[in-house]
Amino acid sequence: MSGKVLLECVNLKKYFDTPGGTLHAVDDVSFKLCEGKTLGVVGESGCGKSTLGRTILRLTPSTGGKIIFDGEDITEKGSKDMIKLRQKMQMIFQDPFSSLDPKMTVSQIIEEPLRIHKVYKNKEERSKRVNELMEIVGLDDRYVNIYPHELDGGRRQRIGIARSIALNPKFIVCDEPVSALDVSIQAQILNLMMDLKEEFGLTYIFVTHDLSVVKHISDDILVLYLGKMVEMTSSDRLFENPVHPYTKALLSAIPIPDITFKGKEAEVMKGEVTSPIEPPEGCRFAARCPMPSERCFKETPEFVEVEENHFVACHKCKK
Amino acid sequence: MSEKLLEIKNFNVRYTTDKVISRAVNHVNLTIHKGEVLGLVGETGAGKTSTALAILGLLPKYTAEVDGEIIFEGENLVGAREKKLRAIRGKKISMIFQDPMTSLNPVFRVGEQIADVIKFHDNKLSHGEVAEKVDDILKMVGIPASRKGEYPHQFSGGMKQRVMIAIAIACNPDLLIADEPTTALDVTIQAQVIKMMRSLQKELGSSVLLITHDLGIVANFCDKVAIMYGGEIVENGTLEEVFDKSRKHHPYTEGLFASLPDITTRTERLTPIKGLTPHPSELPEGCKFHPRCPYCMDVCRSGGNPPQHQNGTHMIQCHLFS
Repeated sequence: MSGKVLLECVNLKKYFDTPGGTLHAVDDVSFKLCEGKTLGVVGESGCGKSTLGRTILRLTPSTGGKIIFDGEDITEKGSKDMIKLRQKMQMIFQDPFSSLDPKMTVSQIIEEPLRIHKVYKNKEERSKRVNELMEIVGLDDRYVNIYPHELDGGRRQRIGIARSIALNPKFIVCDEPVSALDVSIQAQILNLMMDLKEEFGLTYIFVTHDLSVVKHISDDILVLYLGKMVEMTSSDRLFENPVHPYTKALLSAIPIPDITFKGKEAEVMKGEVTSPIEPPEGCRFAARCPMPSERCFKETPEFVEVEENHFVACHKCKK
Repeated sequence: MSEKLLEIKNFNVRYTTDKVISRAVNHVNLTIHKGEVLGLVGETGAGKTSTALAILGLLPKYTAEVDGEIIFEGENLVGAREKKLRAIRGKKISMIFQDPMTSLNPVFRVGEQIADVIKFHDNKLSHGEVAEKVDDILKMVGIPASRKGEYPHQFSGGMKQRVMIAIAIACNPDLLIADEPTTALDVTIQAQVIKMMRSLQKELGSSVLLITHDLGIVANFCDKVAIMYGGEIVENGTLEEVFDKSRKHHPYTEGLFASLPDITTRTERLTPIKGLTPHPSELPEGCKFHPRCPYCMDVCRSGGNPPQHQNGTHMIQCHLFS
């Protein structure tokens, strides 16, 4: 990897206490993310991908491990310091219907971060910036004083994006930003996000369950399964040569809109995601794996490099 | 060609609220033959679900205005009496709803919910016979019969959708309407459910109307495809015809395919359809797609509905081909 490392996670853990025991939402996740790159985080529901994003932004305290942002350890920072830091790190939420305050107008929503951080001295400058932001994300001026419920999903997501780039952040966690949108709108928003990345040199963590979207937007992809890292490599490499049986199953499960693939019976993975509460020793995927050995049930596989910049956690895939 | 099972003729649905009139479904013509899987594709607000609900007579009584014909087994279902519709629902036509989390009753055991359908349509069966049938159906959808005493919350999303499917196929219906059956599920579970539905469809020989926005699922499951936009069917044909890239297509179909991120190749930018889907209360004049269409001509803006260009089984509703 080249470039300056903007974000580094070292053995990041997030556990939740539940009546049934400890839930391992994120377990020993480590990676480095360089400036200007996009890391796609993929997995099924309940694999800890959203929790990972939230933990990195310290929206929820971590249980263990370190988060290093821009050369600074932010794991133990107090809330006052975090407020300052959040100028540089922002989030785009999944659901454009519930992440915008219904009692605020579009301009109030976009200007809120500017107000909190007291970036501009007076109202005029602030509203000038709001208009500028609305233009950047492709929202018409006439929407300034209306409320979010009057707009459709795509436009609402644009408001969320305008709000998150208002403070010129370096780093944005995008938590399934397009999964609530229709296909034709989804493509518009993805293009917008890629334009913004180029224009402002943004670094993204792109959390999603949609593998075709993630391939399109990411440089590197991290596959999670029940909070554990399963495979990480560059986006092209992952689709060319997936190594872990879970990644393979995930890729073969995507329905491809092309009839030349019809008839080719995809391998369908058995079973469902097991519970992340007090997971047993061994590989967490072993119960659904098509080729488990005894060792898989006893020993947790390490996350090792099988080829250059291609990491996999599987007993069977060692070089 | 096999026998016609369901024929929708010049069908319209309008919703009237306060002063706004939403034209949700506009002069739709659709035919489903016996043993055939028809995919109805479209985005939010295209009128897919309204069409499906209308077949079962489930549209709201006072706000929805329906006209046209829905011929099922030689009889018109539009305006049919409630008693007759109840005999058809679940028995001859049944529906799988989109969200398995909210369409099951949380206070009844899943076995009871399946038994309900069977008992309603055949009240001569004894308790033992009903229980036996429930076990068989659960086995068919891949749930161990021992779980029939459990409540919906004890099942995962994928399992709940299997229960929904079990209820829908309990009486061996001729037509199964599946409204986005896998949208709420993860990809791996979606693949399981689609595979199961496909083998069940072959086994039971029933027809399926699959409503979805996912062209990938359509390519894997359907025999015929109808593309819906602004309450109209803009393109209609066999799977091969609609998915064949060398053939001519409706501009909306083209746009839909182009805006999908392709996992087999890597492109720098996606080519979205410009603009937004119109709300059914503000449908444009002329061709409903013209404000977003890259090939828009004068006649598209002013003239009435574009002509339907028929080529064998392949229909495209567009001025470009006239």
